[in-house]
Amino acid sequence: MALLTAPRGPRVRRTAPEARLGRTIALAPAVVYFLVPLLCALAFTVGLGDPRQKPSLDAYTAIFTTDGLAQSLGLTLLLAGATIILVFGLLLPALLAVRLVAPRAKALVAVVCMLPLVVPAVALGAGITTVLRWATDWLYDTPGFPLLASLQQPAFPVILVLAYALMALPLAYTTLEAGLNAIEVKVLVEAARSCRASWFRTLFLVILPNLRDALLNTAFLTIAMVLGEYAVSALLGFQPFAVWTVAISGSHAQLSVAVSMVGLIGTWLILLAVAKLGRSKASKETS
Amino acid sequence: MTLTAPGAVVADAGAKTRRQEPQAPGRRAARPSAGWLGVIPLLAFAAVVLGLPVAAMAAGSITTTNDAGGTVFTDANFAATFDGPYLESLMGSIRLSALTAFVATMVSLPLAYAIVTSRFRGLREAVLSASGVIANFGGVPLAFAFVSTLGNAGVLTGFFGLADKGWSLYTFWGLAIVYLYFLVPLMVLTLTPALDGLKPQWREAAQNNRATGFQYWRHVAFPILFPTLLSGFVLLFGSAFSAYATAAAMVGSSIPLVTVKIASALTGDVLVGQSNIALALGMDMIIVAALVIGIQLVLQRRTSRWLS
Repeated sequence: MALLTAPRGPRVRRTAPEARLGRTIALAPAVVYFLVPLLCALAFTVGLGDPRQKPSLDAYTAIFTTDGLAQSLGLTLLLAGATIILVFGLLLPALLAVRLVAPRAKALVAVVCMLPLVVPAVALGAGITTVLRWATDWLYDTPGFPLLASLQQPAFPVILVLAYALMALPLAYTTLEAGLNAIEVKVLVEAARSCRASWFRTLFLVILPNLRDALLNTAFLTIAMVLGEYAVSALLGFQPFAVWTVAISGSHAQLSVAVSMVGLIGTWLILLAVAKLGRSKASKETS
Repeated sequence: MTLTAPGAVVADAGAKTRRQEPQAPGRRAARPSAGWLGVIPLLAFAAVVLGLPVAAMAAGSITTTNDAGGTVFTDANFAATFDGPYLESLMGSIRLSALTAFVATMVSLPLAYAIVTSRFRGLREAVLSASGVIANFGGVPLAFAFVSTLGNAGVLTGFFGLADKGWSLYTFWGLAIVYLYFLVPLMVLTLTPALDGLKPQWREAAQNNRATGFQYWRHVAFPILFPTLLSGFVLLFGSAFSAYATAAAMVGSSIPLVTVKIASALTGDVLVGQSNIALALGMDMIIVAALVIGIQLVLQRRTSRWLS
């Protein structure tokens, strides 16, 4: 079944000298623009920016001793996991159903998935705040009150999972659609089904392995999004990772920059590692 | 759906004998409803998590609390958003988003092409994953990075003495530079699949017809990529327009932005009724974003034939 994996990767392999030159011209300024702020931020965290200060790694050792960091990071990762599960649980059935049995729903699903783009995070936060205020305004004696209250437990705010999943929908939809476009879902399913594979086997051994790249990308982009999400959580008064770093930036400027950089570069390295893992696994299967 | 598998695919005999079984009747008839079952959770989720807050916001934006504590309809909230500092913040956001989205779109095409055609698979992976992280994780770390680079106490500001030359990060152009940092990666991510989808046969066909490289781009590649570029531009505009974390984390930002105004009207200790103006501003944002996306859909439907 793994042999059904479609070929992927760059198709254009053309290296005329002028093309190489053009590439360098295009890439060089971009490299400078994208690296300099990161390097300067790292220099800032070790105290190179201020001549009055002695360079030191205090900001990095403080990461392990500062109160609240582990808490906010743990909460954020928990939220990210729940968000990914929710997004996949909602999107995969819908997208496969559209391709296999309900093509007429395609436009509707596309619109619904892109709709969150219309509602900026701040506006969504404002709307959610308004809805949650109903709990105390009108719903005090009804079952709605404990329901809305249970959505806002500080230990695990379900409301944030819902909001994050909504905000991740457009990106997840585009990534998964691109992945599904690259393979012939219908042909794969027909081939698998005509081999008498059950729907379960078809889904887990044919469709999902072919979508591995798209699934992994979606998952990690969602994690990155949740780690960086600020607007909704700040407006609703929760303190996950990003909100926490801003909250301490006034009193611990170097620490907040250090934590952010570690988060940014760490997430990137994890994404790279996952891409590499996925690739070596794929080449093992096809060889 | 007809099950016409070539015999070559089915190699094992067991499968062949089982194939002789008659097709179970009725299964096909049951499928359409099963298909909608897959779609319904998504629709329900969107209706509740998106629809409810938007409805609440819409209701709040056209009502206000009067002196007696009752709720009455009013158009004062919307009127307030098109006046004075609120209007200024709305226009500031639109200007900043349009400018940065346009620049990012122009810059990203050669960049994405250079990455896609690169022989080094490692470069491609590194750039794409970095783009994903920056575009999504962006916000706060990005603001911190630029504040510590070009802010008042930034490394480059101190090194080159930029403050004496009148440089300030906390201006329109300063913010534009910061915004490009997450918009360009987002555009590169949007363009890469489309560039991958440019079939080498198209270029070969063009070359066989004696087309120059420029002609190939002008008449083949660019028209094919145009819908992607367009939808990418709209995506960037939306991201820039709704960006809040970057501006919020860049303390001292004096640029009027609509997201900052909404947040301060909602969370700050302000007069009663101010929060309903924030809701009206939120509705303004939704209207602007909806207009832009509507325009894009109309344009895109005409031209997106080739890459799907």
